[in-house]
Amino acid sequence: MSDTDGAPPLLEMRGVNTHYGAVHILKDVEFSIYPGELVCLLGGNASGKSTTLKTLLGMVAPTTGDVLLNGEIVTDESISYRVERGVTMVPENRRLFKRLSVKDNLELGAFLRSDRSAIDADLERIFEMFPRVKERLSQKAGTLSGGEQQMVAMGRALMSDPKVLLMDEPSMGLAPALVQTNFELIKQIHSQGVAIFVVEQNANMALSIADRGWVLQTGRVVLDDTAEALLANPHLRASYLGET
Amino acid sequence: MPPPVTAENNKLNRRLGVDAFLTFMRVVMSTFVILGLLMFIGQQIDPDNFVASRINPDATGLTAAQFEGLVISGLSQGAMYGLIALGYSMVYGVLGFINFAHGEVFMVGAMTGMITSNKLDESGAWESNFLLSLLFVLVIAIICSTLTAIIMERVAYRPLRGSPRLIPLITSIGVSFFIQNVSVVLLGPGAKSYPTLPEWLSKKRELLGFVTIEGTRLMVLVVAAISMVALWYLVERTKIGKAMRAVAEDKEIASLMGINVNRTIVTTFAVGGAMAGVAGILWGLLFRSVVHTTGFLPGIKAFSAAVVGGIGNMGGAMAGGITLGSAESVAPLILLEPWGIDGVSQLKDAVAFLVLIFVLLVKPTGLFGERLSTEDRA
Repeated sequence: MSDTDGAPPLLEMRGVNTHYGAVHILKDVEFSIYPGELVCLLGGNASGKSTTLKTLLGMVAPTTGDVLLNGEIVTDESISYRVERGVTMVPENRRLFKRLSVKDNLELGAFLRSDRSAIDADLERIFEMFPRVKERLSQKAGTLSGGEQQMVAMGRALMSDPKVLLMDEPSMGLAPALVQTNFELIKQIHSQGVAIFVVEQNANMALSIADRGWVLQTGRVVLDDTAEALLANPHLRASYLGET
Repeated sequence: MPPPVTAENNKLNRRLGVDAFLTFMRVVMSTFVILGLLMFIGQQIDPDNFVASRINPDATGLTAAQFEGLVISGLSQGAMYGLIALGYSMVYGVLGFINFAHGEVFMVGAMTGMITSNKLDESGAWESNFLLSLLFVLVIAIICSTLTAIIMERVAYRPLRGSPRLIPLITSIGVSFFIQNVSVVLLGPGAKSYPTLPEWLSKKRELLGFVTIEGTRLMVLVVAAISMVALWYLVERTKIGKAMRAVAEDKEIASLMGINVNRTIVTTFAVGGAMAGVAGILWGLLFRSVVHTTGFLPGIKAFSAAVVGGIGNMGGAMAGGITLGSAESVAPLILLEPWGIDGVSQLKDAVAFLVLIFVLLVKPTGLFGERLSTEDRA
């Protein structure tokens, strides 16, 4: 759908190779995410999923290749440069500032913004989405339950007013009952027009809400298709969905 | 049948042994303190009472004025320890290591204060326009100690970022020696004195009708309180402070929020350095003498104060400073003297560190410290 309307991709990787020391992690990775899409990245352990996210955000510099944001090459720009221009990440295991209050956590999400009234409006929007968060505003984030922490983590990311949200294993460490709710939340955020790029072990669940998906294997994109096609792919069903 | 001797059981037995020893130490120290206190009270009621006449025949008891003097000098001393302790605590909070060269930042503040105030004294401004000169001296000292802290971070600690925590710790001891020796080279090894303070400042005055306090000490308390409030405002109410708290907790995630981690760390050093500079000036004005080793003992005591209050916690650093300062001033006379120990006022340094040991025995995280789980500090 978005491929046809001529707009540049929101986030793009062009021939990216990444090394940790001598270890070659990402190999000629190439893909793009368009505005408003929900894309998932699948792959086994050590396939380079987290490195992909870190490269997109600038926490890891690629050895060759480029990262583009809104058509602009940002490969050498800092994390804050990219965050200011609409990328943000919900890190693995949520990683809230546990000793800081929920309110401080949310406001830190808006660290680079200075428009007070817009920030307050976004805070209200987050309270609407997660009424539980509002009740716990002055509590230390470390005292919240796993599900509540997930809400704060998503709220914190949304506070930067992102165009695209990178999510690293959002359902990891959540009680099974919460995983479903978690995906509902992702869908809800997506419905507000934020593009989402989610790295997930739970391939079935991720593909059921995604528009498109990629499969990464030892640093190479081996499959790139719509979510329906991937769900129907017998090879993928065998290796990631646990079916024989 | 006795339990089998296994590695597990050995470990357990050793742990029980350590626990028993710690409990024993807690009991001994608490008993010593409580008995000392009881005997002190007895002595106050009747200096020739049954117990005192045996253990401490020279007992005289303290007058109210003497006691007041001890408390006030303890508080003002403690306020300065607290100001220095803030620097230890903040740097520990952000980088997780003890910057032992922080005492030298304090010394730099006291030294530059000495140089500036003597220059002003020569030009006559110190006498003719004292308040303005004092402000000028304060500003210069703050600038110099802040710069010292910033350069220290840039040159000595930043290249070591990411190395094991022991390495910057050892480096900080080296930095400390380096700064002391630079001071000797530049200013010589002898003690140097501050110019005389005007009479209206240093004289004793009545406060609220019942406290007599030396003007200089009052100034120390007031300036320390103002600095503390300013720091609290900076850390709790401003964006810079929020960044500092975020970086202290998780540098990687802080950088994900768009916070410039390096700049925040420099800010932390700078703020700690400014506080040490203020403490340095106050110290200089109060004791009117500085040497290149001036930073050592107050530095170590402020570090102890930070630990007593719970390292990483700012309110704790100030409370720890006040606790340590008051204890070293008051405790020798009310806890040691009743035991018949001679020359107790000489023992104030020992008392300061006994307070540290005692607090660590009773509450290992410090007075206001939170338990830092391995997860938090990873």
